[in-house]
Order: sequence, then C-alpha cells, then structure tokens
Amino acid sequence: MTLPLDGLFVLEFSQYLAGPYAGLRLADLGARVVKVERPGLGDGCRQLAIKGLFADGDSLTFHAINRNKESCTANLKDPVDLERIRHLIAKADVMTHNFRPGVMEAIGLDYEAVREINPGIIFATVTGYGKKGPWSGRPGQDLLAQSLSGLAWLSGDAGQPPVPFGLAMADILSGEHLVQGILAALLQRGKTRQGATVEVSLLESILDFQFEVLTTYFNDGGQPPRRAASHNAHAYLAAPYGIYATRDGWIALAMGKIASLAEWIDCPALLPFASDKKKTFTHRDEIKKLLQEHLITQDTAHWLQCLEPRGYWCSDVFDYARLFAHDGYKTLGMDQLVERRNGSSIQTLRCPIRIDGERIYSTVAAPELGNANELLHGGL
Amino acid sequence: MKPLEDYLVVDFSQFLSGPSASLRLADLGARVIKVERPGCGDICRELYVSNVVLDGDSTVFHAINRNKESFAADLKEPSEQEQVRKLLVQADVVLHNFRPGVMERLGFDYESVRKFNPDVVYGVVSGYGPDGPWRDKPGQDLLVQALSGLTWLSGNAGDGPVPMGLAVADILTGQQLAQGIQACLIRRSLTGQGGLVEVSMIEAILAFQFEVLTCYFQDGNEEPRRTRSNNAHAYLGAPYGIYETANGYLALAMGSVLKLAALLDCATLLAFKDPASWFDSREEIKAILARHLKTQTTAEWMSILEPADIWCAEVLDWQSLLAHEGYKVLEMEQTVRRGNGFEYRTTACPIRINGERPRAIAGSPALGEHTQSIRTEFSL
Repeated sequence: MTLPLDGLFVLEFSQYLAGPYAGLRLADLGARVVKVERPGLGDGCRQLAIKGLFADGDSLTFHAINRNKESCTANLKDPVDLERIRHLIAKADVMTHNFRPGVMEAIGLDYEAVREINPGIIFATVTGYGKKGPWSGRPGQDLLAQSLSGLAWLSGDAGQPPVPFGLAMADILSGEHLVQGILAALLQRGKTRQGATVEVSLLESILDFQFEVLTTYFNDGGQPPRRAASHNAHAYLAAPYGIYATRDGWIALAMGKIASLAEWIDCPALLPFASDKKKTFTHRDEIKKLLQEHLITQDTAHWLQCLEPRGYWCSDVFDYARLFAHDGYKTLGMDQLVERRNGSSIQTLRCPIRIDGERIYSTVAAPELGNANELLHGGL
Repeated sequence: MKPLEDYLVVDFSQFLSGPSASLRLADLGARVIKVERPGCGDICRELYVSNVVLDGDSTVFHAINRNKESFAADLKEPSEQEQVRKLLVQADVVLHNFRPGVMERLGFDYESVRKFNPDVVYGVVSGYGPDGPWRDKPGQDLLVQALSGLTWLSGNAGDGPVPMGLAVADILTGQQLAQGIQACLIRRSLTGQGGLVEVSMIEAILAFQFEVLTCYFQDGNEEPRRTRSNNAHAYLGAPYGIYETANGYLALAMGSVLKLAALLDCATLLAFKDPASWFDSREEIKAILARHLKTQTTAEWMSILEPADIWCAEVLDWQSLLAHEGYKVLEMEQTVRRGNGFEYRTTACPIRINGERPRAIAGSPALGEHTQSIRTEFSL
C-alpha cells in the first residue's frame, strides 16, 4: 500500500502532546516527521512521566506520542545550529510548533522569516488560548483549558463539583484539528503553489467539541447545563441515558423508548412516564432512580439478554482486563510492538484509521534524542 | 478563498460521527450535499436535547449540519437511485455510516462506486470495524465508551464508572474520518489514485487512550486507579485536579508540591520533599490541599499562583466564560441563516488558515431543500 502522505516532509518543533500528536498522525499516514529538539534535554515530554514510568530513558508517554518519528538536536539560539535548521526548513513541506506567542519571532523562525526561505511551507501553530487577548500568555495546559471552557460541568452528577474529563481532551482535539488544517492547506497548495499558516488552540478546540450543547445554549435562552441527579452521562439527554449498577456489575443504557424498556425488563413502575416523550427529560431524575432500584436486582448478563436481542441500545461496562480478553478487541488488531535500534521495545497502539482496507502499522519506536542528526549536515 | 473549495462531498451519513466529518470539510470550503430519506431525513433532525426545537429541527442537527445542502432521495426507488448514481459520478468524496451490507445492496459500496467514479475517495464510519463479534452492535457513543474502559478514568475512586459527558467517541471518529479523506485527496492530487478510508468509534476511542494504554501494557496490566478525591487524571500525581475554594473552584495542573506549599503558606505540604511522593502520596496531598484551598477565594489564590507561573486556572461555567474578554477575542461564534430566513447562533470552525477563521453563511438545510436545484445543476 502507498500511504497517502508518502513523500511529505514535516519538521516538528512542538513539544508535549497537542503538536506531537498531530505529528504522530501525519507520520502514520506516511509523512516523514523529524522532531527538532534542544540538545541535552529534548522535548520536555521525555521527562514527563505518567505514573512515573520510563523505558530506555524516556517516559512512556513520550514513547506513545513520538513513535514513527526521527529526531535532530539544535540550539536555536546558536547561529550555526540555526543556519542548519534553516537549511532543513527550506526542504520541508510542513513545520509545527507550540511555543508561546513571541518565541519564534525572537528566534527568527516566525512565518514571515520562514516563508522567505520556503514560500510553499505550511506553518502550523498550537497555542493555549489564541494569539490575542488576556489569556494568550497563560500556560497552554489541558486541565486549565478544560476548566476555562465550561466542559467540567458536563460530566458527573448534579450534586458533584466540576468533573474534568480524565484524559487530555483539549490536547488531543487540537492535535486532530491541526492535522485537518495542515492537510487542507496542503490541498490548497497543490492548486495555488502557495504556503499558508494554520493555527489552532486548546481553548478553541475544546469549545468546538461542545458545539452541539453550546448551540443549544445560545438558542435556549442561556439555560445552564443541568447534569442529572444520578447516572448522568449527558446533561442534555433524557432518561434512561446513563450507566447503572446491577447485582454483579454495571450496564450502560443509551436512548430508547421507555415503554419498550419497561416491558422488556419487566419494570411497570416506569410506565407512567412512557406516554409522553417530553416526560423522559423533565422527569429523568425520577425515572433514573426507579431504574436503578430495579436493575440492581439482577446480573448484567440477565439484563443484556432481555434487551440486546430486541435491539435496545445497551452494553456491559468493561475494564481494561475484560476488554483486552474479548474477541471483539482482538479482531481489531489495535496494538503493535515498536522497537528501538538497541532492541528495547514497547507495546502501544496503531493508527486508528484504515486506508484501502488495510490497518496501518509501524514498528519504528520513538527516536533517541538526535538519532537523525546527519540531516543537519546535508543528509536527507 | 477557502482551502477545500471545488471539492464535492456527497454524504449519506446520519447522527454525529459522519456528519461531523463533513461539517469540518464544509468549514474548510468543500461543498457538502446530504442525501436524506424523504419524509424524515437524517434521524438527528428529531434528536431533541432538553426538549428544545428550533425551526422544526433539533438544535443538535443545526449545529452539526450548518453550511450543507440537502438532497432528498428514496434509495430503494429505481429512478431516484439513478439520480443519486449520477450525482456520485461527479463526487470527489462519498461518506456513509450505514451498517455493513446496506450500501452493497444499494449498489453504492466502494467497489461499485469506483466502477463509475474510479478516483473517488470513499469514507466509511462504523461502530466497531468491518469484522468481528461486535460488527453488528449499535455504534452508539455511550455504549462504545462503556466497552472501551474509558469510564474508569473520570470521576473519583468511589464513583463507579463515570462516562465523559459528551459524545467523545463520535467526535473523535469524525475528526479522523476527515483526516483520512483529506490525506487520500492529497494522494489523489499527486497520483490520480482514489482511496477507501475506514474509521470506527471503538478504534477512535482506543486511540484516544493511547498514552494510558501504553502504560497499562508495560506496567503489568494494572487497572487505572482514580484518586479518592479531586481526580482529574488517573495516571498523574498531586496536585493535578480541581479544588473547591471559598467561592468557587480552582484547577491545578502538574507542578511542584513544595513550591505550592510555600506560595499557599501550607506548611503541612512541606513533608513531601521527594518528587516521587507527589504520585505515591497523592491521596494525602490532595486531601491537605482540598482543606487548605477552601479558606480563600479563587481570585485570591490566582493572584498568588499566577504571577509565580504555577499552572492554574479558575473553573468557569458558560455564562462567565462567554462574558470574559479571553473568550470574546476568539470570535468563535457565528450567526448562520437557513433558506427560509431563520437565523441561529452557533460556533465556528476552530481552525484558522492564514490568520482567518473560515466562516459559514448558510445554516442547516431543510429536508430536500436543494433537491430541485441539484437535479438541474447536475442534470440528474
């Protein structure tokens, strides 16, 4: 298979997650991605371990985000190194960075300077909160962007404090958006021969993520989101939408007709709410409470047998152990082993996109710092 | 000029994941035609959230389908099927999220379409991939979250499974579909070759967990452990979390506990001298912080922490967010107008190209609004 981005050359000045996540996707789709890192330390993510875990000198997080890339080191404040990087930039199709506003200008690698050496380059930037305004100097960090964006009031139950999404939601989404912007700009370049800038920010990305509920908020008179009193899974959706305890575990119930649900799980207490669809929202706290009292009386498997064959949207709730033991997971072929030249290897996930009916695998591990420094001396 | 101008996307998909991909393509300049069933159309039109109806359709539908056209056709009726076939001949991109087998029966699967449109880029969204035991399960966001292990990452240790309160699997799948399509369009512009892009909600939500799963694969398969209080990421040490203050909430990202001890005048924290203890003793540290931070207001804490470059933020709700200059300066909102003149407010594309945010003028289409004009224009 010819990967769709074969032949594309990307220089990644980005660190941590958002920008490098975009670089990972471009690499998986076929681009050659070279990280430009500080000598000595490199990408700050190399030392940012989650759960304190490292492999072969770098954090596992770094390994996950930077597989399938190369690395060269340059001190951008040193004129000799900078000149070498300028030579590389002249050959690049794309460069990404996530420095705070003003840093690239001070180095002399802002877009105006870069387009003089390479008018066709796509110059892509991730910031925390955009380039202007009172938040532009703030640290662009995921939990902080979530907290400012209102997102923390959508998960958890009504009585609880704000509940953040337990993964780097803003980082991941701005990485996804950066890829989209870069690919769109490349398509445009194919027609016009002109480069472009692409800008995304954590805050704009996490706002876009809320576009459905924000559109509702803009047009419903500005009513604040109200999480359900219990079993909340979406502040704007009616009962039964949520996860419930059973006698031996949990069951997730998506949207569906209350009348059918009541009949199939034999719970007549729900019937008074079945006649009017609006009631499933206005009375969702009562419905959810009744459902919970009923669902706790039997095992998850029992309820799944009542509902699944009849087409009601429901599911068991897995932890990782049960997920990875299941054939449904194994069929996906979702994990892969990547290996460094010294033989150290890491098990991680592959690219989630399939092209031309094939999964995209790569055995290339995250680079040792400076493993492609020959690029700085004319090799390409 | 928008980067994807001149590209024609014919979108058979419904609900959120597929339509969110075509929304992004539309934002970036592509022309998107929804093919909908006469009578009811995209089921999302009737997926009302919190019982709000806007000009006959759900607010969610308006958000997802701004800037698109609607062509109503009964795909089981031979003459209308033939019209759609003629439209597909001229399409650059075709998208759908039907269950496996449906497009084959209609004669609009990838193999059939490429016979009359050899360089088409064809995108498919599914719940769980093209094969395996989950293939025919309903591809619904909450159910995918429940199966994927994701629900054990948000909320606190005692909470049971806590889903993320937005359709995160749908959204991520849509992002990746848009990327795969754009990548194949780039390849087509260089080689003339079309392509097939397949994404699924389960693969997208697994890829979303790639950092923590990489840890899980390497750490002897320990299930994630959320903290008992103030959890914001199961794999990160203290102080990472959201804390109650005297008048609201404060988010603290990663940082030195000792520096916090000094700045917050919280001597109890000085006992945690070894940075490794910030993970190992995170329960204790968080409990101390939670007690201490309640003693002053958010603004008072911010005025101490922000100048010291501690990664922190106030936790806003939408009302305070929308009133803030940091939000207004983004100009992230736009007003769009439907064919009948009805206007509504929604969000805009999160990506800026050449410093400009691409904006839409058109709102979501009424069902079949463009059927006649498209028939005429494309001689169907």
